[in-house]
Amino acid sequence: MKIPLKYTLRNFRSRRLTTAITITGITLVVFVFTAVLMLAAGVRKTLVATGSTENVIVARKSAQGEISSIILNETYNIVMSLPQVAKGSDGKPVASGDVVVVINLPKIGAEAGISNVTVRGVSQAAFQLRPQVRVVEGRMFNWGAREVVVGSSITRRFEGVQLGSTIKFGGDVWSVVGRTDAGGTGFDSEIWGDVSQLQDAFSRQGAFSTLTFRMTNPDQLDQIKRAFEEDNRLQQFEPKTEKAFFEEQSQFMAIFIEVLGIFITVFFSVGAIIGAMITMYAAVANRTVEIGTLRAIGFRRRSVLAAFMTESLLIALIGAAIGLFMASGLQFFTVSTMNWGSFSELEFSFTLTVEILTYAVVFAILMGITGGFLPAVRAARLNIVNALRSA
Amino acid sequence: MANSIIQVENVSKAYRRDTFDIPVLNNISLSVSEGDFLGLMGPSGSGKTTLLNLVAGIDRPSKGRVVVGGTDIGTLSETALAKWRATHVGFIFQFYNLIPVLTAYENVELPLLLTSLSKAERKKHVEFALQVVGLADRMYHYPKQLSGGQEQRVAIARAIATDPTLLVADEPTGDLDKQSAEEILTLLERLNKEFKKTIVMVTHDPRAAEKAHTVRHLDKGELK
Repeated sequence: MKIPLKYTLRNFRSRRLTTAITITGITLVVFVFTAVLMLAAGVRKTLVATGSTENVIVARKSAQGEISSIILNETYNIVMSLPQVAKGSDGKPVASGDVVVVINLPKIGAEAGISNVTVRGVSQAAFQLRPQVRVVEGRMFNWGAREVVVGSSITRRFEGVQLGSTIKFGGDVWSVVGRTDAGGTGFDSEIWGDVSQLQDAFSRQGAFSTLTFRMTNPDQLDQIKRAFEEDNRLQQFEPKTEKAFFEEQSQFMAIFIEVLGIFITVFFSVGAIIGAMITMYAAVANRTVEIGTLRAIGFRRRSVLAAFMTESLLIALIGAAIGLFMASGLQFFTVSTMNWGSFSELEFSFTLTVEILTYAVVFAILMGITGGFLPAVRAARLNIVNALRSA
Repeated sequence: MANSIIQVENVSKAYRRDTFDIPVLNNISLSVSEGDFLGLMGPSGSGKTTLLNLVAGIDRPSKGRVVVGGTDIGTLSETALAKWRATHVGFIFQFYNLIPVLTAYENVELPLLLTSLSKAERKKHVEFALQVVGLADRMYHYPKQLSGGQEQRVAIARAIATDPTLLVADEPTGDLDKQSAEEILTLLERLNKEFKKTIVMVTHDPRAAEKAHTVRHLDKGELK
């Protein structure tokens, strides 16, 4: 039979301060751990949501991202002739050859400095391909004009890009005529304009960065890949679903955040574990006579072990619960940072997933077990006679 | 002796300190009859408590045998010995050793948690034990809300809750005023007479020893 749980719980109450301090240590570690994973999950979620599984994006195989990819007009035309490219009601392919460039803009805030922003030149079908991108303020840019629409995150974070302003880049002045909302996807962190205007401004006539088209059927990717492999003219290019493409763009950043974050929290956790260990050793020392009495009465070593392990685990779990509660509040915040996949600023929010929750709880349990094990073993191995004598 | 409940046969006990052994008990033999009330007296360091611990199964002899109720307790494993204590021995300590975070009721219930009794049956046992010691009205008090004498009575209730055959008491009146000590001794006497408990009590107190049927003196590890 086990030593009753109320014994453990009431001992918490009888030494509130040390228990509270230990719980705080675990809380902070769980908070940081969860926050970091939420950050990485936020990057993934934003970029994964950016792409659709119905669209295929074609980029040069050797390109690291959109800005380093070049697709010439001839290639564009060859791809457009593939039977898998969906046609719109007007008989034209639902496809957009995009020109993607990066420009510098000043961030809002005195000390914020400048940062990179993606400017995407799109064709008319782009809004059909990416229906999540909508003009929510002002108007759509005119085709054939040096006009742009700016993503909501850019409007929030950069100076001089608000509706009615003008931006200088590519040797010309561009009017901001609208603000877009892309539903929290990566397109929220982009400026869009007419592709032919951008080709002209950046001297890229006859070339795109990437091209995106809608498949007639979402399961045709394999056929398309085969077509690319079989055609000599397309072998340097790689078709991927738009979703997979943007997911890859998130990998480097997400993994970097995760690795760095986990590394830091593991260091922190050593502190919290030592804290828990000291608390538990003190608990054992204070209750030596009680342990001796319980053992004399007939409670077994393993019951004593279990009681102290339970105590340590409870401390860890309470810490985890508070830490997770605090971290869940971060979901209301968005952050913006450089995404190395596209070399430009990306805004995303902290995202809590069931997976992260599980990891955090498991992490806390591990801290509880590690911190509590040695003191619990000591308690269980106390010699009854010596323990009783310390009265 | 036909109805002997405790047989201590040629028992020696030494404690190891660093590299040398300190002898505490030296070839002791003792027999306690069922229903006896044995008082162990002797100066400090004479080995009284050590002998009591051996009889109660919380310590093991270096040499010799301790047989209690027909069981050679030296042969039991740690786990079996814990189970044996839970069933056969009730402990009464000088400083009561109640668990401070548990109420009188919960303290008395502790040894019953080691039995297969249901919650309702445990309740009956606890209430009966507290009634025997005259503290039925203090069931939900915590140890710190009780006087020393009352605490010791709760500890006695805890010792008898499982109805063990043997009660071991280590200086049960050592921390009490005269009147409380008297009450505790009367209670022990009653447990011995009315409830037929065999009691082994270590004491310094001559008044306590008076209540015992048999008194044995220990000196320098030897029984006189």
